[in-house]
Amino acid sequence: MSTLLETAVKKICKKLDHDPTRLLDVAHAVQVKYRCVSDEAMDVIARELEIPRVTVESLVSFYAFLSKEKKGRVVIRLCDDVIDRMHGYARIRDAFCEELGIQLGETTPDGNITLERTACIGMSDQAPAALVNDVVVTRMNSDRVREIVRELREHMDPRQLVRTYGRGNNSHELVRSMVRNHIQTDGMVVLSPVNRGEALRKALSISPQEVIREVKTARLRGRGGAGFPCGMKWEFTRAAERDDKIVICNADEGEPGTFKDRVLLTEFPDRVFAGMTIAGYAIGADDGILYLRAEYTYLKAFLEDVLERRRRDGLLGKDVWGMGKGHFDIRIQMGAGAYVCGEETALISSCEGTRGDPKNRPPFPAQHGYLGRPTSVNNVETLCCVTKILEEGAAAFNQHGTQQSSGTKLLSISGDCRSPGVFEVPFGTTLKEVLGLCDGEDAIAVQVGGPSGRMVGPERFDGQICFDDLSTGGSIMVFGPGRDLLSVVHAFLGFFEEESCGYCTPCRVGNVLLREGIERVMAGRADPEDLEQFQALGKAMKAMSRCGLGQTSPNPVLTTLESFPGLYESRVAEDPDGYCRSFDLGEAVALAEELSGRTSAHAHAHADTETTTQREGT
Amino acid sequence: MAKPRIATTSLCGCFGCHMSLLDIDERILQLAEIVDFDRSPLDDIKHISRRCAVGLIEGGCANEENVEVLREFRRNCDVLVSVGDCATTGGLPALRNMVPLKECLEEAYVHGPSVHNPSGEVPNDEEIPLLLDQVYPAHEVVKIDYHLPGCPPSADTLWEALNALLGGKPLDLPYALIKYD
Ligand SMILES: Cc1cc2nc3c(=O)[nH]c(=O)nc-3n(C[C@H](O)[C@H](O)[C@H](O)COP(=O)(O)O)c2cc1C
Ligand code: SF4
Ligand code: SF4
Ligand code: FES
Repeated sequence: MSTLLETAVKKICKKLDHDPTRLLDVAHAVQVKYRCVSDEAMDVIARELEIPRVTVESLVSFYAFLSKEKKGRVVIRLCDDVIDRMHGYARIRDAFCEELGIQLGETTPDGNITLERTACIGMSDQAPAALVNDVVVTRMNSDRVREIVRELREHMDPRQLVRTYGRGNNSHELVRSMVRNHIQTDGMVVLSPVNRGEALRKALSISPQEVIREVKTARLRGRGGAGFPCGMKWEFTRAAERDDKIVICNADEGEPGTFKDRVLLTEFPDRVFAGMTIAGYAIGADDGILYLRAEYTYLKAFLEDVLERRRRDGLLGKDVWGMGKGHFDIRIQMGAGAYVCGEETALISSCEGTRGDPKNRPPFPAQHGYLGRPTSVNNVETLCCVTKILEEGAAAFNQHGTQQSSGTKLLSISGDCRSPGVFEVPFGTTLKEVLGLCDGEDAIAVQVGGPSGRMVGPERFDGQICFDDLSTGGSIMVFGPGRDLLSVVHAFLGFFEEESCGYCTPCRVGNVLLREGIERVMAGRADPEDLEQFQALGKAMKAMSRCGLGQTSPNPVLTTLESFPGLYESRVAEDPDGYCRSFDLGEAVALAEELSGRTSAHAHAHADTETTTQREGT
Repeated sequence: MAKPRIATTSLCGCFGCHMSLLDIDERILQLAEIVDFDRSPLDDIKHISRRCAVGLIEGGCANEENVEVLREFRRNCDVLVSVGDCATTGGLPALRNMVPLKECLEEAYVHGPSVHNPSGEVPNDEEIPLLLDQVYPAHEVVKIDYHLPGCPPSADTLWEALNALLGGKPLDLPYALIKYD
């Protein structure tokens, strides 16, 4: 006899055609229905999809939005990234804990509400922010927190927490979100008004090769972080042997402090989808996937609706534009809470329904990507640029920016500035100008490119936003006077530690060692060798990690060592006897003293000398 | 000119590294010609008597006495070498780092399957050094200048390393001497 759960899980599996490459969607559907993917559910899934049970379990353990333990009917996920910490995260957290009577990570005894923390949810311009199930709540204060809890207890419906809608499509009936766009500049290229259908019509009137040539003439480089030339990527994909090519739009936007793709998806979805369709035409693909991060689930119904409208209008589907140039359609793949899934090979793994593990390269996705198919992965903003290039020509695009970095860049600016939000600036704009735009002139430091980027000090504020100088996928975090930059570094390392997929030792262990090292520095217990050790370790992590996460994760330490050496040097000191200042015999024997009821003569003799040494050192 | 002095010690190790040092066989006579041994289990000198050129450390730090000894070595040796995996990583003894100290002691002295201890007491004599919460590799307690991996490093590795150190030559160990699989 099958249980209720078994019947329901079987139904979910059937709905997705028992397709093992849709395992992530199956698990997610089970999670939504049962608030967990229990052992029993995993058994059923494994049997129904005919895959090893461990595949299911490792998937569930991988994604933050899946869990084996039962969650509350409402899950509150507080963003605790550095920007939120600067905007009162601790008070918000304490207010939630107090009002709910639980600690972070716990569920109320009635099983109704779970309180968790999470990394950046893409709302850094309206921090402190949280996800309440799929609903985004922004700009909280402790009074609002108390109301939120009271209201939830009454109706248990997160949607009712939204009292006013943000402008533009945030108030669309399928979105109904309090999220604000915060578009702070006039649109030059990607944020300019949409001329729907025009770019696609022009693209289809020339050959795919000519489309690629146009994109190459525009010298378009990828906006997702790495800056790879888009035309070249398409050329490789087009030239790959297999015919079943595919386009993937990377809307994972996980780099803390980045939220520009959120705005593009909200206000310019047609531009994004047109870009995907043009990419499909250029490389010879029949279909595409939009990989949308789980944190942006609130946009899913809206985006599905846009897709449906495009199908109706002949801009998508069987015969795009009725020009006999073939078929192209797009599906949305939801992520499930994992930063590493923004890395293109991990993204492909996730689209294939498995854990978001990065893959070895070569083979590159252009040859062997999604399910072995030649795949072009492009960022949301890159695809918007594509649409503009086809619409107005490469020359119009090229008039902005520099020789090596053509066009404009969307910046997501947050932190200590009076006008956080999304800015479109031509490449080549200096950081100083950027700080002027966002009213953050008194910054003592700016993190350019998110945790994986670099910390820039005032002496480099004349640097330019472009691929060869200050490169960024969009994240710009501003730190004003009085901010403790070491604790920022510490938070970034904690982020990487948590988000590492764990495959390679330099990344899995290196980030822990760096974090512990920074803790020693912060406690004033580091030795000069520790700093040398950071450099050596950072170098090894960069050289020996498999994917970009591990390769960039030592950057918070390495770039602050370079631009803010004083942060470290004022806190390290040499011990005159060659002892490690991080080792405290008193602490190390404390437990044994307690267990044995004896006191250590050595430790206490030494505790004194150690404090003297420390005083001399600091 | 006075010969350079060497001191050696076994902290939380099995003496295997010292056995390996003795494995240099008749070369020990050569060694004795170029160095004098100070504090070492080989000569049973209890404390370092004069400044030493080289200190060899076997084993990590598991108790307060290990820390005291290691610190004495650091204060009195120009160059300190972690010899063997226990000194460099904590080694086998560090397996206990995964288990809380109390449970470790109870397993060893009270509940272990081969333990006969009707009193149920954990030994607790003044003479027994207090254990540390964890086993620490030597370089987490004092500054260490060189690490020689191996369990134990082979006699040839030790010999080559000592010669290089004492002769002021760069240490260039052939692959065969540092390959362990
Ligand atoms: C850890 C990690 C996270 C990433 N996250 C994103 C992301 O959220 N969005 C994105 O477009 N690219 C991200 N990337 C870069 C992608 O791997 C890839 O280069 C990019 O999507 C390619 O598109 P583009 O050429 O249009 O920039 C990430 C890379 C790494 C290493
Ligand atoms: S570098 Fe880190 S995230 Fe990337 S594959 Fe290795 S362990 Fe995973
Ligand atoms: S490294 Fe090996 S031989 Fe040396 S003390 Fe440790 S266990 Fe014994
Ligand atoms: S939403 Fe909190 S830092 Fe981005």
